[in-house]
Amino acid sequence: MYQINGYFEASTIKEAIDYLAGNENSQVIAGGTDVLIKTRERKSGYTDKDLVGIMRIPELKGINLDDDGNILIGSTTTFTEVEEDEIILRNIPSLSAACGSVGGPQIRNIGTIGGNVANGATSADSASTLFAMDAVICLEGPEGKREMPIKEFYLGPGKVAMNKGELMTQIKILKENFMCFKGHYIKFSQRKAMDIATLGCSIMVKTTGNKIDELKVAYGVAGPTPIRATEAEAMAKGMEITAENLDLIGEKCLENASARDSWRASKAFRQQLIRELPKRAIKIALGGGE
Amino acid sequence: MEHKVIGKSVERWDAIAKVTGRANYTGDIPQKELLYGKICRAKITHGKVKNMDISEALKVPGVIKILTPDDVPEISFPTAGHPYSLDPKFADIADRRILTRNVRLYGDEIAAVIAESELAAEIAASKIKVEYEEYEFYLSPEEALKEGAVEIHEGTKNILAATKAEIGDIDTGFKEADFIVEDVCATPIIQHCQMENQIAYAYKDVDNRWVCVTSTQIPHICRRILGQAFGMPWGRFRVIKPFIGGGFGNKQDVTIEPLVVAMSMAVGGKPVMVDLHREEVFGWTRVRHAISYKVKMGFTKDGVITAADIEATSNNGAYASHGHAIVAKGGGITTAIYKIPNFRYRAKTVYTNTAAAGAMRGYGVPQITYALETFMNKVSIQTGIDQFELREKNLTKVNEENPLLHMVQHTMSLRECFAKGKEIFKWDDKRKSIDKDKNTASDYVRGLGMAAFAYTSGAYPKTMEIGGCRLILNQDGSIKLMVGATEIGQGADTVFSQMVADTIGIPFEWVIADAYTDTDIAPFDTGAYASRQTFVSGMAVKKAAVELKEKILQAAYDFSKIGNKVPIEDLDIVDGNIIQKHNGQILETLGDLALKTYYDLHSGSCLTADVSNKCTKNAYPYGVTLTEVEVDKKTGKVEVLSILNVHDSGKIINPLLASGQVEGGMAQGLGYGLAEELKYDEKTGKPLNNNLLDYKMPTFMDVPDLDVAFVEIEDPVGPYGNKSLGEPPLCSPAPALRNAIIDALGIYVKDIPVTPQKIIEALSENREV
Amino acid sequence: MLKTINCTVNGRAMELQVDVRESLLDMLRNRLHLTGTKQGCGVGECGACAVLIDGETLDSCIYLAVWADGKDIVSIEGLTGADGSLSDLQQNFVDKGAVQCGFCTPGFVVSATALLEKNPNPSKDEIRRGLSGNLCRCTGYQKILDAVESTADQRRNK
Repeated sequence: MYQINGYFEASTIKEAIDYLAGNENSQVIAGGTDVLIKTRERKSGYTDKDLVGIMRIPELKGINLDDDGNILIGSTTTFTEVEEDEIILRNIPSLSAACGSVGGPQIRNIGTIGGNVANGATSADSASTLFAMDAVICLEGPEGKREMPIKEFYLGPGKVAMNKGELMTQIKILKENFMCFKGHYIKFSQRKAMDIATLGCSIMVKTTGNKIDELKVAYGVAGPTPIRATEAEAMAKGMEITAENLDLIGEKCLENASARDSWRASKAFRQQLIRELPKRAIKIALGGGE
Repeated sequence: MEHKVIGKSVERWDAIAKVTGRANYTGDIPQKELLYGKICRAKITHGKVKNMDISEALKVPGVIKILTPDDVPEISFPTAGHPYSLDPKFADIADRRILTRNVRLYGDEIAAVIAESELAAEIAASKIKVEYEEYEFYLSPEEALKEGAVEIHEGTKNILAATKAEIGDIDTGFKEADFIVEDVCATPIIQHCQMENQIAYAYKDVDNRWVCVTSTQIPHICRRILGQAFGMPWGRFRVIKPFIGGGFGNKQDVTIEPLVVAMSMAVGGKPVMVDLHREEVFGWTRVRHAISYKVKMGFTKDGVITAADIEATSNNGAYASHGHAIVAKGGGITTAIYKIPNFRYRAKTVYTNTAAAGAMRGYGVPQITYALETFMNKVSIQTGIDQFELREKNLTKVNEENPLLHMVQHTMSLRECFAKGKEIFKWDDKRKSIDKDKNTASDYVRGLGMAAFAYTSGAYPKTMEIGGCRLILNQDGSIKLMVGATEIGQGADTVFSQMVADTIGIPFEWVIADAYTDTDIAPFDTGAYASRQTFVSGMAVKKAAVELKEKILQAAYDFSKIGNKVPIEDLDIVDGNIIQKHNGQILETLGDLALKTYYDLHSGSCLTADVSNKCTKNAYPYGVTLTEVEVDKKTGKVEVLSILNVHDSGKIINPLLASGQVEGGMAQGLGYGLAEELKYDEKTGKPLNNNLLDYKMPTFMDVPDLDVAFVEIEDPVGPYGNKSLGEPPLCSPAPALRNAIIDALGIYVKDIPVTPQKIIEALSENREV
Repeated sequence: MLKTINCTVNGRAMELQVDVRESLLDMLRNRLHLTGTKQGCGVGECGACAVLIDGETLDSCIYLAVWADGKDIVSIEGLTGADGSLSDLQQNFVDKGAVQCGFCTPGFVVSATALLEKNPNPSKDEIRRGLSGNLCRCTGYQKILDAVESTADQRRNK
């Protein structure tokens, strides 16, 4: 049994927001793979809560293209649903791969992409790919709706720019950020399943001939929040794709990273991965194998 | 000898119950008025409890009682699943209390809550306020042994034991050497990760004795330790083991059993259950000893060992548990595999403030095998002598006495294992293919590795070995099998049933095994450990089966009509029928005969055999792992391309169960070599990864196809030509994998687990082998 | 706090009063005495508590009992025939020696049932990935792989 005070099942966004706004002790719960574990751990702020379930709110589920060709992902869409979705597979296979790299099947069947982002972890598998695509986070609260770039949404480890009473409704990926791009996600972890990334690297690349038109490199666990290697991205513009240039790009990526020593991995080792993984991801994305 | 059931892959008798979820484990048995216990754990790593305030905790609704060290007997007791030692000198160290005021590791057990629900107990445990006096703590033997270190156990200087074993004279041996090689290595603290956590409940029975139902590998030993912990006659306790969800040595120790009994005693004998969380099992039950080694050996120029000097330092953690026995085993194992004329084995076991290290599958042998086999790999590289050849030059021979264990071996088939392994594995072809690709500029490089091991069957002569078996001929000719040996998932009961069926001459299905081991009912046997059961308990089973068969044949003779009597020497039992040996004619069914033995008006009786058998022998199993890996030079990632274990375990009783044992051991060895390590926070002494996410036990995706082969040469000592198999499979994969990684990279990696980070570090430093 | 839920468990429709603090695992084991579903970690890391919910495999230890409202739940007990007969998959677990201590077995049978439902022709790697949320320490997974593979083979050749 969990040390929970109460449970409310919301059936509409409004119901959820009203409940959240009216109850200081409330806490949103989606798939529960994060919240319930923290409750069991007796983590401060996670016991004796009035939980608000949002998994039965139809508007929060599913993946659609809007009229402008942008991709809208409902926040309670599960990892499995994202991984197997036709729109995702066709347009942003790297996000499918990222969601497919989370935990194991049971976790992917209930964990949600919104929860993955909302808990603010730098290791979140979907986050680096969403960073690479400059995803937009759509929020709704008592004050109405607002949107913000994912970069601004992450404030620090475990901290996101979501106000009390707000609900993440959708993740929006603008057409211009995935059309004509090829992408790839590499999760480096100790095990091939049921693991946290030692380092996650997601790239999006647009090329003409053998030249890079645009490159986006995003990392998880290379800093307190997911990050973009903006220096390397700027340098890569117009570069010929050669082994030497890829080495330069990899090296440059270190400039935006702030990997640290932890018991899980050393700084030096993470730096080696920061250097190496984007090179591989680019090669794989461009169909060159490794 | 021709066998009808032995050597066959009969279906394990409990398989259907397990695939349908009907097998009852400790937590599945309904209890009326069950109460729940939760342990309150220390939040410091080394020190003393000065004050405890339980007032807030008592206010939590549903809390019945809170026990502190004041409420439990002031008696220290040992916990290791060892037989009792009549000689106090060799007795296990009694350094445990049910609850302690002295905190010796983070999470030590200082109080316990009894409540109506698990959640209430948990909330209350978190509300106990404790004041401590804190001492410096030590996570490694080096720290614990430093000058002026605070003693974890008074009067020990933090040394649990230090021993030296010697053969010949090592100085002479080194003088005779043409060259000398030295190396060091270290193995990590790891954990068993059996899928069922420690769980037990206790209650007062109708006869006013205390019953403890528990997931244990050692029911009879557990009963004795309960007696010791409470200072009460051992017969006042009864231990029952239902189905058990794995143990691997973690449950060859007494952990929560005295506490649940104390809890039940505190509430008038009502049943109280403690069901440890996974985090508690990791942090505060038992772990495998981390052992570091210094190895020095002298060789003739042909690669023959002239001398070996091994110094081993073992991290025992905070409590003695199995203690020094683990590291001490390394000496005799070394001389069981290699012939070493001049040998010195110095071993030291040190207390630290980490989890108590106890028995874990392999019992010190995975560690010494890692040290020996990585060492031999180094010698092979330095001398250019082929790895197999180098070992073959130094292997022990049959009919020679092990100078440390004083046992003579009758079979030793490592050479055959090597040959079979190389052939199945296509070692030479793989070697050629790798050498061909050696100079390509790829980030991915392949390598081959091998490692051999020796093991023992049971613990004799280190401790006494006794096995018990009772057989009853039922009214229909079926046979009830009762053993004190313990089924923990390995299939022991199935194998014992095969032995009975084979020896008596009945179909396997006619033997009725038991899910439960109950100390009130089961014959005395010390339990599931030391890979002893098919060997030691098997001897008792065979003896009982032979005895019962004799009684059955005597009854067949006695009940047959005068004038129609077949000489008893000409009677036999085949497929459940009494037959005439010389012509195979069926005289009667065993069922018909059984009815007569029970119901004849004038004579007959229920036929039984009740055997208790001392085993005073040992037979060493051997084996080898061959593996091919691919290493990613840029990330350090290791892919195991193929891995094969070849075992010399004598006659294989049940090939399907046996290969299952081997595969399971190989996967554990793979985790040991590449990924697993229980880590501690240097600043607080807290375990960092005591859960199944952060502790890297292999998942389905991390284990490649596992190949298994046996060299079946029957051993004259084993009851059916068999030697042990349970623990051996995980002894050699870790060093074989490490050797393969070295082969791939041409650089030196010392310690397991060989993680990607260690590989990248070694590559960046370009460490030479 | 109690809530009333309506769900189907192993084919039986039921109305239950559950505590909002309860997990589905608690509900199955303690309320319905369906103890075939095991707890190995309590946090969704081992899969011993896997059950099918609307045909998907999920860890019941981190699934609130109140969420079961309106759901179709199948535990290991529901995969066995009413007459006690084994499913082909269960039979293969027996025949291939995929069972040792048996504690992880119900979870594996549940996850493998879902896997074969979704992908009747899985490759070895797909089996490994499909069952990667279930841990086993006894078998090294080899014979579990064999059991699932041969079930798929047998179904194909039917």
